[in-house]
Amino acid sequence: MTISRRNFLILGAVTATAFAMPPFISLKAYAASLEQPAMSKITLQVNGKPRELEVDTRTTLLDALRENLHLTGTKKGCDHGQCGACTVIADGRRINSCLTLAVMHDGSEVTTIEGLGMPDKLHPMQAAFIKHDGYQCGYCTPGQICSAVAVLKEIRDGIPSHVSPSLTEPPQLIAAELQERMSGNICRCGAYSNIIEAITEVAEVPA
Amino acid sequence: MKFDTPATTNPIDRLKVIGQPTERIEGPLKTSGQATYAYEQHEAAANQAYGFMVDSAIAKGRIKAIHLDDAKASPGVLAIVTAENAGKLDKGDYNAAHLLAGPEVQHYQQAVALVVAETFEQARAAAQLVKVDYETTDGKFDLAGVKHLGVEPKDELPDVNHGDFDKAFAAAPVQFDQTYTTPDQSHAMMEPHATLAAWKGDQLTLWTSNQMVAWSVGDIAKTLGLPKEKVRLVSPYIGGGFGGKLFIRADAILAALGARMAGRPVKVALARPQMANNTTHRPATIQRIRMGATADGKLTAIAHEGWSGNLADGKVELASQPSQLLYAAENRRVSMRLAPLDLPEGNAMRAPGEAPGLMVLEIAMDEMAERLKMDPVQFRILNDTQVDPVKTERPFSQRQLVKCLQIGAEKFGWNQRNAKPGTRREGRWLIGMGVAAAFRNNLLVKSGARVRLEQDGKVIVETDMTDIGTGSYTIIAQTAAEMMGVGLDDVVVRLGDSDFPVSAGSGGQFGGNCSTAGVYAACVKLREAVATRLGLAADQAEFADGQVRVGNQSLPLRNAAEGGALVGEDSIEFGDLAEKYQQSTFGAHFAEVAVDAATGEVRVRRMLAVCAAGRILNPTSARSQVIGAMTMGVGAALMEELAVDKRLGFFVNHDLAGYEVPVHADIPHQDVIFLDETDPISSPMKAKGVGELGICGVSAAVANAIYNATGARVREYPITLDKILDSLPEMI
Amino acid sequence: MRAFNYTRADSPAAASQAAQVEGAKFIAGGTNLLDLMKLDIETPAHLIDVNHLGLDQIEATPEGGLRIGALVRNTDLAADARVRKDYALLSRALLAGASGQLRNMATTAGNLLQRTRCPYFYDTHQACNKRNPGSGCSAIGGVTRQLAVIGVSDACIATHPSDMAIAMRALDAQIETVRPDGSTRSIPMADLHQLPGNTPHIETSLMPGEFITAVTLPAPVGGTHIYHKVRDRSSYAFALVSVGLILQEDGTGRVAVGGIAPKPWRVEAAEALLPKGAKAVSERLLEGATPTDDNHFKLTLVERTLASVLAQARETA
Repeated sequence: MTISRRNFLILGAVTATAFAMPPFISLKAYAASLEQPAMSKITLQVNGKPRELEVDTRTTLLDALRENLHLTGTKKGCDHGQCGACTVIADGRRINSCLTLAVMHDGSEVTTIEGLGMPDKLHPMQAAFIKHDGYQCGYCTPGQICSAVAVLKEIRDGIPSHVSPSLTEPPQLIAAELQERMSGNICRCGAYSNIIEAITEVAEVPA
Repeated sequence: MKFDTPATTNPIDRLKVIGQPTERIEGPLKTSGQATYAYEQHEAAANQAYGFMVDSAIAKGRIKAIHLDDAKASPGVLAIVTAENAGKLDKGDYNAAHLLAGPEVQHYQQAVALVVAETFEQARAAAQLVKVDYETTDGKFDLAGVKHLGVEPKDELPDVNHGDFDKAFAAAPVQFDQTYTTPDQSHAMMEPHATLAAWKGDQLTLWTSNQMVAWSVGDIAKTLGLPKEKVRLVSPYIGGGFGGKLFIRADAILAALGARMAGRPVKVALARPQMANNTTHRPATIQRIRMGATADGKLTAIAHEGWSGNLADGKVELASQPSQLLYAAENRRVSMRLAPLDLPEGNAMRAPGEAPGLMVLEIAMDEMAERLKMDPVQFRILNDTQVDPVKTERPFSQRQLVKCLQIGAEKFGWNQRNAKPGTRREGRWLIGMGVAAAFRNNLLVKSGARVRLEQDGKVIVETDMTDIGTGSYTIIAQTAAEMMGVGLDDVVVRLGDSDFPVSAGSGGQFGGNCSTAGVYAACVKLREAVATRLGLAADQAEFADGQVRVGNQSLPLRNAAEGGALVGEDSIEFGDLAEKYQQSTFGAHFAEVAVDAATGEVRVRRMLAVCAAGRILNPTSARSQVIGAMTMGVGAALMEELAVDKRLGFFVNHDLAGYEVPVHADIPHQDVIFLDETDPISSPMKAKGVGELGICGVSAAVANAIYNATGARVREYPITLDKILDSLPEMI
Repeated sequence: MRAFNYTRADSPAAASQAAQVEGAKFIAGGTNLLDLMKLDIETPAHLIDVNHLGLDQIEATPEGGLRIGALVRNTDLAADARVRKDYALLSRALLAGASGQLRNMATTAGNLLQRTRCPYFYDTHQACNKRNPGSGCSAIGGVTRQLAVIGVSDACIATHPSDMAIAMRALDAQIETVRPDGSTRSIPMADLHQLPGNTPHIETSLMPGEFITAVTLPAPVGGTHIYHKVRDRSSYAFALVSVGLILQEDGTGRVAVGGIAPKPWRVEAAEALLPKGAKAVSERLLEGATPTDDNHFKLTLVERTLASVLAQARETA
């Protein structure tokens, strides 16, 4: 095992003399060679169903969904939190599933686009995207829709945004608020104007 | 079907299904995540392994050594492909650089290896253990510095010298001469380039993300040294292309090589930070515009001279081309020069040529109008031409630019614009309006399809045409439904498979018109077969409501297939109408911006496009094409630039955090108006393209609006706030 | 990304102790760490998940301030009623950062400890003294439009990218930590981030294994709070320049600036010039700046942005 200078300085590891095993790290896990993948058994509640899987600790929630569970509705656009195509709703909140590890979500409830609705039973947001042509190539679309569903809840919950004129008043359901809150979902086809119309239509129907 | 005389009345003109604002037929699949893209073909092949590309750390030079020991010893690794063990590789006809480097390195982040492993995590980890020793050689990375080395691209745009530009310009009472630059831009489509490759014996199948199936089959076969018949390419859904997926890229070749070496199917996606330097981009340009006019605003002389750079086998960016046709003037010079550069390959991006050309020309028109003290809308109208200005015997098939400008000006409230810059203020914000003409040629490409009437009455359309978000699935279904007289629900469209007839593919805004015209041709064949089977006269048969009628006789369409499915297969081929007539699409873009008087931050507040582009096959998806292009045009105006490190020879901001494209908050509600137009010269569909027209001129409209708001005339795109700070009002 | 062992810590002290293992690193929101691990820039051998330590509460302090748990998510901090009312600058700065999804993940401590977004740091083909000490700095002489203009060295010209940290600096936050031996301390925000000097890889004053447990805000200082982030697009982008201002009715106040330096940039002597206006403050604030041709505009932009927020603050007040 080697330790590079930069690891030493940046990662905050201590010198080799302080090489004591903290009690909660299992000896087995620690003994595993660092060169070998560390595997972990986890259970995710995906779209209401418990899914048990054994993942490499390196596996992101996104790759666990796409590669392990074959739920490919959630997209990998950048894998670095720069596009929003991987947006899912985890424990009630929208997140970038590319920047979190599957093992960190053992026990989490995850809602993906497949859980919102399928072709024979679409979620109102999915139907509104179709009606307003709020998509073109379709690749950012599941992320946009998951985000949009969560955005309406965030506004209902009174969470402010960058464009909210007042921090002490509840945010309004207006285009500017939707545009700002949806800005973490990039659509290179440029369906933005239609997406906002789709979300507005759903928002106007009382939840 | 040969299309060599103008279209007359045909079943398409009924417009029962085609021409209607139909929802996309694949909408339920896309919105529920059930449309499967290239990297998502879990069902297509068993036992898939993962490949991860290793890319070059230098822009130009040689690989001295690749050290694979650590990577090979890494857990799960199945194979490592390098140029040394890949076997002989050719270069595709459409590629400027090799898709796998070695020993020569031609550009930064060119592929140098592919690591194949059991899992994605293992492949990536092992790829990071590959160490490469390079020998760097000097390269050319600065367009301005190599401009003088530019040569005339004789095959692509030989110099146009019409009349006597120099003399007319010198004699013109009002003259204008400015030089502009446009930067390198990235397609930045949301789906990274990706391929799953599987071999069955010597037969290779690639599930990939590609706009041009037949071209790419050819280039895969050529690169790998295979007969074309041994290559099948499947590309049912494409997560955006914009020209970046016209050609095969490293993912396809590396997946094929990796699968062969590993002995099992392999899938490869480019990591986002690899894309900008590994694949193609829209090349930067330098453009000089000179115009001479009479005092009352008639253009007498136009010169549009441009420079772009590329790798040795790369092409020129035809930025000056639109100045051949857009405005009248008796004396004209249009030229491009192609200079050698060692940056990654420059190639087509949405409206190649016209997009960067109009970014510049339409600022110049604004500047010239101001010099002439004319309204920029009126100045453009005054210099309209209804014929090819260089070959005046050649009319435009349709040209409604003037109407686009007039209707747009009226709808947008152009008369509210104050011609004097910097005079309208709302609180912190300086407000301005801008206009630009939109112009993009209509290209015609042979396109085929196969249409089958099944025994259950369903109509199946198969063509290798692709849908990159353009709406191909839907307009093809609409075309077949109209032609066969059935409902949209009775049509099944299968696209993007090289087993299907060769189509025009998706590029150059020709896909919509040409691919539907190909389906039209195949439907004509099928109608003949149906009529014959039913014992009716094909030339008199009317297909409507699931019935085939001749006079009083009416039979159900499906009866024709009782004894077995009927097939019609044909291609549309275009004759010389394109030589007799200039076919182009036109539009006018209007933009209103607000500029923070303190910081120079720009917000686009309103946008309108008026388009005249032949018959609109589906107003919903066509409108989406246009607003999407307008959005990309805002990006080009305000933020998009691949920043070149001119010492090291690469695009520095090579991810989606560094290369900024517009987000929701940048884009206001957008309005689009399509003029009622049918163009019988273009095809039996009487349609043209809109997907690229929509981006042409947008950036200039925004630039002109910024000028109107602030008085800052920026001639170097993108118009970031640092370029306008000095023109803003003094702060107290 | 190298293979690593993953464990969930069950107490801050245990987490700190666990970090003594070679190559160990804490993971909270993960939004920056995983980003960098994928690129082989961060290469931890052990990840200690600190998300389940109960450090996600915001509590009033006896001094009338707030104690913000290290694991409070950016969204929750921005939306907290007390923060919105008394520390609006902090809400505004948080809301100007990243995206809704990222703010749902990112934590208070993680935000402070995020690393630079310098593109040369992110490109492992390039020399970078921060990533690989002693290798040189490719950014100097390269594309530097986004990079720092002050507080830089010949070894590094990277900026600290956080918006939240700008507000924390202006609000005189204190960083509470626990060390592997169980001892605790409080670090003034001004002392948390280090200038690069010859050691740009050392970014904070935290000791090896030291774990941030909370960030404490002193009692509210009142005044009008404005955070103006200037960037190339309207949202979801890092700052070219950001200005955080707290202006009191008597014309005094506080100014902290982002996007220009390796740490949140606040110069108390410059603030004293606030009654004299933006020009005087900026000149003092930016004294000794060494911009490049690419980022020289940031000097003008700081002054103009400050002038603008001062005008807005006076209107609001």
